[in-house]
Amino acid sequence: MNISGSKALMEALLNEGVDTIFGYPGGSIIPVFDALYDYMDKFHYVLTRHEQGATHAAQGYARIKGKPGVCIVTSGPGATNTITGIADAMLDSTPLVVITGQVNDTMLGTDAFQETDLIGITLPISKWSYQIRDPKEIAFAVAKAFYIAGSGRPGPVVLDITKNAQSESVDFKPEKCDFIRSYLPNVAIDNDSVDNAAALINNAKKPFAIVGHGVTIGEAETELREFLDKADIPAAWTIMGESAMPTDYRLNKGMVGMHGNIAPNTKTNECDVLIAIGMRFADRVTGNLHNYARQAKVIHLEIDPAEINKNVKSEIAVLGDVKLTLPAITAKLQKQEHKEWIDSFAPCEQKEMNRVISKELYPDGDEALKMGEVVRKISEATGGNAILVTDVGQNQMAALRYFQFKQKRSVVTSGGAGTMGFGIPAAIGAKIAAPDRTVCLFCGDGGFQMTMQELGTIIQENTGVKMILLNNNYLGMVRQQQELFFNKRYSSTPMLNPDFCAVAKAYNIATSHVTKREELSGAIKDMLKDDKPYLLVVEIEENGLVLPMVPPGKGNDDIIV
Amino acid sequence: MEKKLYTVTVFSENIPGLLNQITIVFTRRQINIETLSVSPSAIKGIHKFTITAYTDEDTIKNVVKQIDKRIDILKAYYNTDEELIYQEIALYKIDTSKVLAMGGIETIIRKYDARVLEVLENCIVLEKTGLYEETQNMFDELQQSIGVLQFIRSGRVAITKGKKERLSDMLKKVQEFRSKGV
Repeated sequence: MNISGSKALMEALLNEGVDTIFGYPGGSIIPVFDALYDYMDKFHYVLTRHEQGATHAAQGYARIKGKPGVCIVTSGPGATNTITGIADAMLDSTPLVVITGQVNDTMLGTDAFQETDLIGITLPISKWSYQIRDPKEIAFAVAKAFYIAGSGRPGPVVLDITKNAQSESVDFKPEKCDFIRSYLPNVAIDNDSVDNAAALINNAKKPFAIVGHGVTIGEAETELREFLDKADIPAAWTIMGESAMPTDYRLNKGMVGMHGNIAPNTKTNECDVLIAIGMRFADRVTGNLHNYARQAKVIHLEIDPAEINKNVKSEIAVLGDVKLTLPAITAKLQKQEHKEWIDSFAPCEQKEMNRVISKELYPDGDEALKMGEVVRKISEATGGNAILVTDVGQNQMAALRYFQFKQKRSVVTSGGAGTMGFGIPAAIGAKIAAPDRTVCLFCGDGGFQMTMQELGTIIQENTGVKMILLNNNYLGMVRQQQELFFNKRYSSTPMLNPDFCAVAKAYNIATSHVTKREELSGAIKDMLKDDKPYLLVVEIEENGLVLPMVPPGKGNDDIIV
Repeated sequence: MEKKLYTVTVFSENIPGLLNQITIVFTRRQINIETLSVSPSAIKGIHKFTITAYTDEDTIKNVVKQIDKRIDILKAYYNTDEELIYQEIALYKIDTSKVLAMGGIETIIRKYDARVLEVLENCIVLEKTGLYEETQNMFDELQQSIGVLQFIRSGRVAITKGKKERLSDMLKKVQEFRSKGV
């Protein structure tokens, strides 16, 4: 069919099964939005209030749906506003297709109005960036973009479309891409490494597994469970791997990393075989590498060859999708029991319960509200079935530590990039992806104000996100490090905040303000009574610390409680 | 770890922006590219980059993996000098009148096995291929005796001591892999 490039783009997106688009219009993308006008019955189009919001919303959508999120924005500032989202998606392996307008091809390189070299800017932070200058390229470029974004280790892809390519006509025929000769996302499983891994695990006395985002991406939760059950391996999770195991699963030993639980962090340095499953040994997980699992033989199950031996050297690397490699290893495992080893976690757990958790969850009646108790109360009120979205900082760590999960694929958080302001738009995307589930967003007063314009998106879409603002009138995580490591010099962390409830009211969003412990339960009940958007502002203790903590640059042996 | 000169060979699709995709991997780690040479490879439509850099083996391994990871890169390898036959080419422009006045140029040309590319009224252009030290020694000697008006040296070109270009094996494997429908 002979149609405009813009219409061809719409058809190409439909051909990829796209049903939701987040975006913001502008000069260099008007032809695409003009075409979109005729496709409003085919796409759920969400107008965010800022292009950064569009990318984070698309990320939230992608993480819950397990397929690429799509945004369409204009050139220049519209395009550069997507950079944070693209970089975030790259670090957290989130499939994203970001479509940006660009000036006419004849104007490229002339410093034209709203021209930026988006391909040049995004090359280091995207999985693939491509400029479409001719509508004839749309069919193959869109097909290739979706294939790249969603396959292998997922990531963000940028399609920069010049305005002439949007308006010129093309004889369009949709294409599908399932092969690129320079890109082989699915390697054949190496039987030798599977055998070696199984042999090592069979002979292990103190095996320990760390579960990362790869399990959720590969939808390998069942395969993980079978693997752990058979060899009786205690397992912890990175924040990206939370909800791959239910919280109450007997082998789930909690969170590793800077603010992780004492037991898994300590046991990382005691195990004899460390099995990393779809995780990348991020510095927030390992702390100082010189003190990280030096005694252990490491087995690394990973889809991205570039992650092997990047941070931690592995004895055995099993390349491939954990959905396939896990059962291949499980088949060769002997049924094992490691009761004594698993029981050895208990003293650490007890120590953390006594010194940290009980104080956080069950404080004395007259103390100020703690982050942890608010999180746990809401988790309990939603029965462990909610999707947790977090912003970044103390609120994030408290939420990830104390929220509990029964269902898989239930966490959306900014792990690698630590993007403040991620929360509100990501929660919008998550709720749109799973309208039947409760979506609880935890954020702080800092991150909330970074993207609070997206409250406008919430009312326009009537997106029923439950926003819990843990307010301490501080940039809490920085304040915590200033308190602990910078002589309590609170440089630039106290904040004079607006009346957040009044902000919600201005958007006609239901809200309540909790300042005392006894008000909390009633407010949570009010928040969860329907499926409408809600802002719950909770005044929490000003000088709260997220503990335990491995200080930056220190090893897992130096945990502060 | 010990730093030494590594030669990175990259095969890529021939599309704009490829060089940028490769160099950002070096830039991000603050590794200086010593030499760079790019040309079409023996396989039609595929370009070959030869890059040299001083670094340690752990770093170069990661660099090569990160380059290989880029979608449009077919394959990236690294080698040490012992595994390669390599060469550079250098051009030297010298003043014709000085050559005539001072003499002795023939000795230098013979000594370094250089050749005369062009003789013009005001300048003579010499060419020498060889290792870095060889082209450099000839430059030093010319500079001290006659003086060099202009000097240019290419990036390294290198070929492995193996039988054929390893990319062809890889492309064959890719095709087999695909036909198996994995």
